[in-house]
Amino acid sequence: MQLVLEFLALPFVQDVLKILFILLLFAMPLGTFMTLMERKWSAAVQDRIGPNRANIGSYRGRGLLHIAADALKSIFKEDLIPKGADKFLYTIAPFFSFMSAVAVFAIIPIAGPIGDFKFQVTDVQPGLLFIFAITSLGVYGAVLAGASSNSKFALFGGTRASAQMISYEVFLGLSLMGLFMVYGSTQVSAIVEGQGEHWFGLIPKWGVFTQPLGFVVFFTALIAETKRAPFDAPEGESEIVAGYFVEYSGMRWSSFMLAEYIAIVGVAALITTLFFGGYQVPWLYHWESAPQWLVTLLQFGKFASFTFIFCWFQIQIRWTVPKFRFDQTMALGWKKLLPVALLNTVVTAIIIVALA
Amino acid sequence: MPEESSENTESIEVSEPVETSVVINLVQQEYPAAILSTHRHRGDETIVLKREFIQPVCRLLRNHPDCQFEMMVDLTAVDYLLLETNLQQTARFEVVYHLRSLSKDRRIRLKCPVPEDDCQIPSIHMLWDAVNWYERECYDMYGIHFEEHPNLTRILMYEQFQGHPLRKDYPMDKQQPLLELNDVEERYHYGRFE
Amino acid sequence: MNTSELTTISVEELKPVHLPGAIIPAPPEDSDTSIMRIEIGPAHPAMHGIVRLTTYLDGEQIVGMVPEIGYLHRGFEKESENSKWIQVIPYTDRLNYVSPVLNNIGYSMAVEKLFGVEIPRRAQFARVIMGEISRITDHLTCLAACAMEVGGFTFFLWFIKAREYLYELNEQVTGGRVTINWTRFGGNSTDFPDGFLKEVEVRLEKVREVIEEGDQLVTRNKIFIDRMKNIGVLSKEKAISYGFTGPLLRACGVPYDIRRADPHLVYDELDFEIPIGEVGDSYDRFLVRMEEMRQSISIIEQAIDKIPYGPVMTRERYLGYPDKKEVYGSIEGLIDHFKMVMEGHHPPAGEVYQPIEGGNGELGFYLVSDGSGDPVKCRVRPPCFNYVQAMPELALGHYVADIVAIFGSINMIGGELDR
Repeated sequence: MQLVLEFLALPFVQDVLKILFILLLFAMPLGTFMTLMERKWSAAVQDRIGPNRANIGSYRGRGLLHIAADALKSIFKEDLIPKGADKFLYTIAPFFSFMSAVAVFAIIPIAGPIGDFKFQVTDVQPGLLFIFAITSLGVYGAVLAGASSNSKFALFGGTRASAQMISYEVFLGLSLMGLFMVYGSTQVSAIVEGQGEHWFGLIPKWGVFTQPLGFVVFFTALIAETKRAPFDAPEGESEIVAGYFVEYSGMRWSSFMLAEYIAIVGVAALITTLFFGGYQVPWLYHWESAPQWLVTLLQFGKFASFTFIFCWFQIQIRWTVPKFRFDQTMALGWKKLLPVALLNTVVTAIIIVALA
Repeated sequence: MPEESSENTESIEVSEPVETSVVINLVQQEYPAAILSTHRHRGDETIVLKREFIQPVCRLLRNHPDCQFEMMVDLTAVDYLLLETNLQQTARFEVVYHLRSLSKDRRIRLKCPVPEDDCQIPSIHMLWDAVNWYERECYDMYGIHFEEHPNLTRILMYEQFQGHPLRKDYPMDKQQPLLELNDVEERYHYGRFE
Repeated sequence: MNTSELTTISVEELKPVHLPGAIIPAPPEDSDTSIMRIEIGPAHPAMHGIVRLTTYLDGEQIVGMVPEIGYLHRGFEKESENSKWIQVIPYTDRLNYVSPVLNNIGYSMAVEKLFGVEIPRRAQFARVIMGEISRITDHLTCLAACAMEVGGFTFFLWFIKAREYLYELNEQVTGGRVTINWTRFGGNSTDFPDGFLKEVEVRLEKVREVIEEGDQLVTRNKIFIDRMKNIGVLSKEKAISYGFTGPLLRACGVPYDIRRADPHLVYDELDFEIPIGEVGDSYDRFLVRMEEMRQSISIIEQAIDKIPYGPVMTRERYLGYPDKKEVYGSIEGLIDHFKMVMEGHHPPAGEVYQPIEGGNGELGFYLVSDGSGDPVKCRVRPPCFNYVQAMPELALGHYVADIVAIFGSINMIGGELDR
């Protein structure tokens, strides 16, 4: 027993456990569930029933079995590689997408620390700069897939994706400048700590209240970064069929899809962490005698529920608005978001200097 | 057919008297040699023209302030082969044009007999944009050549199609030869890698 | 991997052509730019029927386009010439398969014009009601598809749901949703069932609700307007020269509606407005169709108020089949029925052109009869033939993504285009 506890106390083992917990018990299930939720919710929006046919005997589970059925189907499907495609790049492209979608969770704290133990895989010093680095890697997934498929539609998707994602990284970074100034750090844990405070003991000092403009720009840029509607010109299902992954089939195709849905969760988790107090439950400091396990549980519950709400919100956006054309996406970024983000940075700086 | 219908099966000429309308008068005035005959059946005015005159007559009808047929509604052909009552046809084909004037609220039908052994007629593609494809379709279906048409290729059928399907001597159940697959360039050739 | 091979086409391949229905660009002058040829269709999600647009691109900008049609050619005219007159009616269902009643009506009216008969007033009103229902289904489908192409998938399914309400009305009268085979020469095959007109009013109310909901969702959406406005503009003169009719011509600002210009059935007794657009872009076409659906609903409501009682089939014996009672009760009836089945109708010799306002524009039937039982010529003038011909002109200078917005708004129907 003693040995087991000692083993568990090793930092290396803890990290692995955290990775397993956050990925396998939080991000992946939620991402997979998003695939069903998207179909079900879109059905609700569109006056349909939605998927409900997959069954084991008479058990249908309200379409829940479709998740398993889809996974099984895509695993057993033939893995086609088009003739003339660059086999190596074609094969590794989905991993870039998948990896960058998953790696976001490395720095997200899902509950408050207990003593030295942090519910966060790693609290790196550069913090959010790590996010920018990782999301830029995601570009390679789309670009390599598009360029290696030996298909013009895929090439279109790839070029659109590269232009869009690289531009929106600029606004992604700029929109967070104000946040860094307000909380005085790029480290995620510090930002979340800062959001635990309250103004006049009443209004929580969340990022969305301190940086409303930053929130809007960040959310928009993040959706564009994950190529979700209304910014899904790289996929462009109506004109370039499926864009950069048009030639993919089977599990590789599923990797792209799963990466997209995990990215939804990632976006929601980032939004929650940076602008909605992360795991900080507002007004909890009034209840000083709360037991530690209950506080942790409440914190996790708050984080998970906010993440879920923002997942739902992204799905709702997708099924409400039409899509931008590709050049309109770029115009929106460079002509509208960039000035707004710059203005936000300048105004925040002035206010901070004035208050100091 | 019972007797009731016999009143209705009259020939074109006696069914309604030929009214001389503005359009017919105008064409008669400008190109008296062009008109073979005119008639009016169920309210549709028709001018049968010599095919050499189709281009100038159409230009006249489009541009003249009394007519202003701005729209070419339909262009097709009729094959009168194998017809027992020949409808007073002298030639096998007839190319039929339907024009519409929006400003004068008027329709007119022009017909040009085209004999089988000299199966061509001047194109009027320069007058209306719509004509281009209609003439291509007519060529595709009847094999009537439109002289000076810039792009007279098949449109509904494929290039290797033999014969012209709407000719009466093209049998309904005729089979076309199977085509050899063209050599497609390698980059269009999809399939399993290896 | 050799992407340069994908993006360029050799200079010798390009012979510049600028014609209605085919635009191929000149080879680029400087060596830096290259032109890419991309085949959109025939199997492509946005090509609603089956049509191929060979598109030439400079970057994402369209510099040339050659539409190729004929993938759905089924030989409508050949089949018709080898059928009896009455046997053509089911074929017309398959022309514009989202507004089949209008095709039925158009063909039957052409044959009636050939016979020179007038159909009973109740039948005329019935044709107006069913025809306008059909026009609404046509517009619903078109707008739904158009919005779906630019990403409004919810709008698509809402409108398809509304269309289903109306297809069920078709079903009550004709027995079929799409392939209805309803009209006959001299009237309609069936009268409305009991309580049908009340049902129509109830369902139209539901449809109107859906239209308003869809209107709120999409019509004033900034993204939607950005995608549709000033896309695929054709000037008034050019549109007329291209033979545009129906909603597309009206979107260009020409108030030309065959229901008014060549009054048929009882449209001259009904009060409706002809909506027109301003510039003739995709957005105008969208708005014109939207408004036309409202006008159609009002036409149906007026027709329901005015519809008289009476027969729906003319009593002319050379047109309709005799009553079953007569067939089994008298030798004349039996002979009539036998001859009608074996020899078919015998329209008098002659030729007619009958235009009606189809869902998509002027749907014309040009028939030639020699007085025998078979048509000599049964030509249908498809409205969207002209629209697809104008595609290169409409799309020139726009982006790839605009193809779908333009193509959605012209509402190409494969069955009608290729016949």
